[in-house]
Formats: sequence, C-alpha cells, structure tokens
Amino acid sequence: MSLNEIGSMVAMQGFSGLSLFTVLLLMALGLAIIFGQMGVINMAHGEFMAIGAYVVYLFSQLTQNYAPGLREVYFVPAVVAAFFVAAAVGYVVEVLLIRRLYKRPLDTLLATWGLSLAMQQFFRSFINPKEVSAELPEWLLGAFNPTPSIQVPRNGIFVMGLTILVTIGVYTLMLKSRWGVRIRATTQNRVMSSAVGINTDRVDRFTFALGCGIAGLAGAAFTTIGSTGPTSGSLYIVDTFLVVVFGGAANLIGTIASAFSIAQAQSLLEFFLTSAMAKVLTLLTIIIILMIRPQGLFTTKVRT
Amino acid sequence: MNLLTKKLSKTDLIGVVVLSAIILVLFPTVFSIFRLNLIGKYLTYAFVGVSLVLLWGNGGILSLGQGVFFGLGGYCMAMFLKLEASDPIATKIQTTPGIPDFMDWNQITKLPLFWLPFKSLTFTILAILLVPAFFAFIIGVAMFKRRVGGVYFAIITQAVALILSVLIVGQQGLTGGINGITDLKTMHGWDIRSDSAKYILYYANGVLLIGCVVFTRWVLSTKFGMLLLALREKEDRVRFSGYDVANFKTLAFCMSAVMCAIGGAMFTLQVGFMSPSFVGITPSIEMVIYTAVGGRMSVVGAVFGTLLVNFAKTFFSEQYPDLWLFLMGGTFIGVVMLFPDGLAGLFERFGKPFLARMTSGKASPKKNDEPTVAVAAALESGGKHG
Repeated sequence: MSLNEIGSMVAMQGFSGLSLFTVLLLMALGLAIIFGQMGVINMAHGEFMAIGAYVVYLFSQLTQNYAPGLREVYFVPAVVAAFFVAAAVGYVVEVLLIRRLYKRPLDTLLATWGLSLAMQQFFRSFINPKEVSAELPEWLLGAFNPTPSIQVPRNGIFVMGLTILVTIGVYTLMLKSRWGVRIRATTQNRVMSSAVGINTDRVDRFTFALGCGIAGLAGAAFTTIGSTGPTSGSLYIVDTFLVVVFGGAANLIGTIASAFSIAQAQSLLEFFLTSAMAKVLTLLTIIIILMIRPQGLFTTKVRT
Repeated sequence: MNLLTKKLSKTDLIGVVVLSAIILVLFPTVFSIFRLNLIGKYLTYAFVGVSLVLLWGNGGILSLGQGVFFGLGGYCMAMFLKLEASDPIATKIQTTPGIPDFMDWNQITKLPLFWLPFKSLTFTILAILLVPAFFAFIIGVAMFKRRVGGVYFAIITQAVALILSVLIVGQQGLTGGINGITDLKTMHGWDIRSDSAKYILYYANGVLLIGCVVFTRWVLSTKFGMLLLALREKEDRVRFSGYDVANFKTLAFCMSAVMCAIGGAMFTLQVGFMSPSFVGITPSIEMVIYTAVGGRMSVVGAVFGTLLVNFAKTFFSEQYPDLWLFLMGGTFIGVVMLFPDGLAGLFERFGKPFLARMTSGKASPKKNDEPTVAVAAALESGGKHG
C-alpha cells in the first residue's frame, strides 16, 4: 500500500466518521438542551429522531404517489416538517408527562423509557415493522471526487451542511437571543426567574419542544445515510447521552468536541478492529475518562 | 423514624411468611412442572428486583446496569455447565474434541485461559459471588468516591450494560456470541433437565430468594440501612455528620450485585442457557420496572411486582403481542405518575385498613412510609447537580 493510498483510506474513513459525527451531534444538540439545560433524562429522544425520519419517508411516499414531478424538491420542506412534527409531539409530551416530573429526574427516566417502548410499538403497528427508506432526490445521490482515489458522498456533504446550520442556530439561540437568556435563567434558578417575570412553564414547554424538534432534524438527516426502522433511534440513545455527559452537560462547545472525538475514534478503530470491538473500546475509554473527570471535558462555571 | 422502621419490619415479617407460603406451597401444588419452571425463571428476576429495593428504593442509587451482574452470575454458571457438557466423548465429532461447540465453530482449537478454572464447581460458585462483587466494587469506588451520583450514575451503569452486551456478542468464539451458551445438560453428572431436578432447583431458588428477602430486610433494619435511607434523603448532611458516604454506597452496590448474580446463576440452572439478551440495557431497565410496580421501598413487594409483570408479559405476548409493548410502556408511565409506591403502596393504603377492619373491627389507617418517598423525590431534585 503506497503512502498515497493510506492517505486516501484515512481520509475516507475520516469522512465516514464525519457522518456518524453529524448524526451524533444533531442528536446530542437536542439532548444537550433537554438534559444538559433542563435536567430531564429523555430516554425517548431516539424515538423523536425516528419521528423525523418517518416524516421524511412519508413526504417521499406522498411525492412518489401523487406528485412524481416534485421529487427533486420535496426533501427541503420534508426536513422542515420533520422539525415541526417532532417539536409538536415533544410539546404534547411535555404538557402531559414531563411537566409533572421535573422534581424527580430518575422517575422521568423510567417514564420516558416507557414512552419510548410505546412509540416504538406505534411505529411497528401503524407505519411499518420493517425498515423503510425515503426515495432520495437526484442531487443527494452519487459522490463527489476531489482526487481520483478519494470519494466523498454527496449526502454526506448535505448532512454536514445541515449540521453546521443547526449548530450555529442553536448556539445563537441559546447564547445570543433573549429566549436563550430566559432558558438559561430558568434552569439556573427557577424561583428567581419567575420572580423577575419569566413565564417558566412556557419556557419549559418550548425548550423541550425545541430539543425534540432538533432530534427530528437528526432523523431527517439520518434518512440520507441509512434506512429507518422502529428501533433505529434507540440504537443511538446511549451514545448520545455519553456524548452530552462527556462534553460537559451544559456546554455546547463541549458537546461538539465530544461528538467529534467519539465518532472519529469509533470509525478509525472500526478500520482496525471489528465494529463491536471498536464500540466497546470507545465506550470503555469514555467511561474511564469520565471516572477520572466526572464533570466532562468542558465545564461551564456556574455559581449555584 | 426509628419507630417507623420497627413497624415496617413487623408488617414485613407477615409479608415474608405469606410470600414463602405462596412460593414454596401454593405454586408447587397448583401448577404443573412446566409452569412451575417458568415461575422459577421469573423468581430469578426477583433477585434483581429485591437488590434494587436495597439500592434504589432505599439508597436512592438507580443502577441501570443490574443486568450486568445478573449476566455475570449466569455466565459463570453457564461456563461451568458448558465445560461439563462438552467432555471429549460427547464432542468427539468436533475438530477439537473437549471444547465447547461454539468455540469449535469459530475455529478455536484450545480452551481459552479464563475458561480453565471453571472446570471446578467450587471455583465457579466463588466466581458467581466474587466476580460481580469485584466489578461493583471497582465501579462503585470510581463513581462514588468522585461523588458521581443520581442521573450520571444511571447513565454510566447503562453504558456499562451496553459495553458488556456488545462485548459478549462480538466475541463469539469466547462467549457463544448472540446465541449465548446453550445445551447445558448436567451438573456433576446430575441431569438438570429432568422433572425431579426442576423441582429441586425451583425449591432451592425459592429458598435462596426468601433468604435474600430476609437478608435485605435485615440490612435495612440495621444502622447501615438507616444511613442508606438518610443519604437518599440528604446526602450532604450525612457527609457533614462525618460518615464516608462513598463507602456505604459502594457496599450497597456490591450487595445488590451479588444478589443479582445469584439470580443469574439460578436462571442458568433452571432455564438451561444464558444469552446476552439478559445482560444489555433493555433487560436492565425492565427489571427496574418490576421493582417500581412492586413498590420501590418494599422488599416483598418487589417479588410480587416481578411476578405480576411477568405473568402479564407472558399472557399478553402470547395473546396480543402487539398490545404488550403499549401496555409495558403504559405501565412505566402509569406507575411513575400515579403509583410511585407501587403495589406495596396500594396495599398500605387500601389493603391494610381493610384487613384491620376485617380482623378487629377497628379501622386504623396508619401513616406509612409514603411521605418519605415523596420527600425523597422532592429532595432528589434539589441535589441533582450535587
């Protein structure tokens, strides 16, 4: 193997790491808001991702059956719809379930786990028990060749772009907007926030919905990479929690850095070992690092 | 507070007697050996349920990795039985006779080193008890000494469960992979698949379980149990009173791990195989719901909760397989939102006054441990980042 070939191999393996990175990061951004900011352990986060993926699938089925001419353009509104449908479901879940459990984080974990079981069965019974995949538009297929030996898939570039957009959006929203200030104020001191006139219940509802909506976007991105099944979301849930904890729960930069390092470590190890062993080694390393540094990679200094 | 514990242990004594009567007398007389074996399997999960009453209900430490310990115990037992089942004569058609069949299929020609000691039953029994305790000790010291608790502990134990199940599935040649270790036949020449053996194993399992119930009840009535309850309520105050909180938590975690492992070993003996599907995240969390349904504070309740959920699971997954997961999900949500004290709480509220009225005529609705649960829940949120 020549040096050039090894270089291309590393680049392509690195790129496959990037697509894992984007899914993990999109999932983790939603969870960083819900878990990192609000302290709610949402075990059904993966199922919100599946909702997003199924919305895109539904749009693709509808265009295929009723408006084949729109095949090239349906994807963009589908992504937007994925966000809003997942956010709407999240809003309802917050009102019915999460709202009553803010004081009992471990119980939220059990309740949302139950919710995730029910949602998986819902997908199985009412959508399709098998894996489905959306019909992708032409412009997302194929690959882009910067050099003859390196191939970069176009869907990867699209997902990457989407991830960057969402990340910038979340960053601006959380750190630069008035709404972000309200969210952070509410999580830091609920009583004081409501005393200065913030409607904390409303902030909670919208924050939770926002986190779920971002999970929906992760699902939409996921359809361009793989097929969606009833349990697709649950495959990522533990990794996502580890990404958030590893990055330092309430820290966006930390979340990005930890999603990147976990995804890259895993896909580079996969090149040398079986994928099971790569996963074991990656998770084990994270746990050992967390044992040494429980607060995660980056911490936000907060006086409580 | 002290009065409350005394009161509890008295009512629990009656509970233990009723439980023993049901497990050791009622079930064996009513059910055929096939059904009894199935109940025996459920009762092995009850070990985990009881361990979670100690750890989660009273200690406030939610471990989502109890399947790890159940699995370790089960795998230790399975390794011993598998080695006995694959003696050179029985496996002479293999390329390498004398090693377990799945190793032969995976082109392994020599028994791996860590399998060798499992030829001895004494070592196996010690391993069933000590290996999980050792793992729990390592995890416990690493986590609790650094004051990782609550939600973070739950997430990390969950990751440990994922790691172990992926590892077992990935190392097919060493562990039997996704199929697990199957075709277990005899233990020191004693056929564990015969009906008489199934009866004996059922009783042994029942006695061990009741032993664990009594042991846990006793532990909770000691000063150590009191401290566990105290650190669930307000960990910092216990620490400021001069106790090393981490040591107590680690001890509770180790005790619960050993109980799970006994359950796992009994599972292997009664069911005749062990597979990674009892190690991962799903079984670990499912076992938490058994405890929640039974009542997280009640040792006896955990056993009834386990039985109830599993009866329901068997019934619904045979009759209405589509409905089962909805029902299971609903149970999780319903128990948490409406009955945080589970069956035991319902019994405290409705059953006991009723019984009192029936026996003596003077109804006296007693204050039970419910308030402490509510208080704990309220306090838990206060210390979530602590």
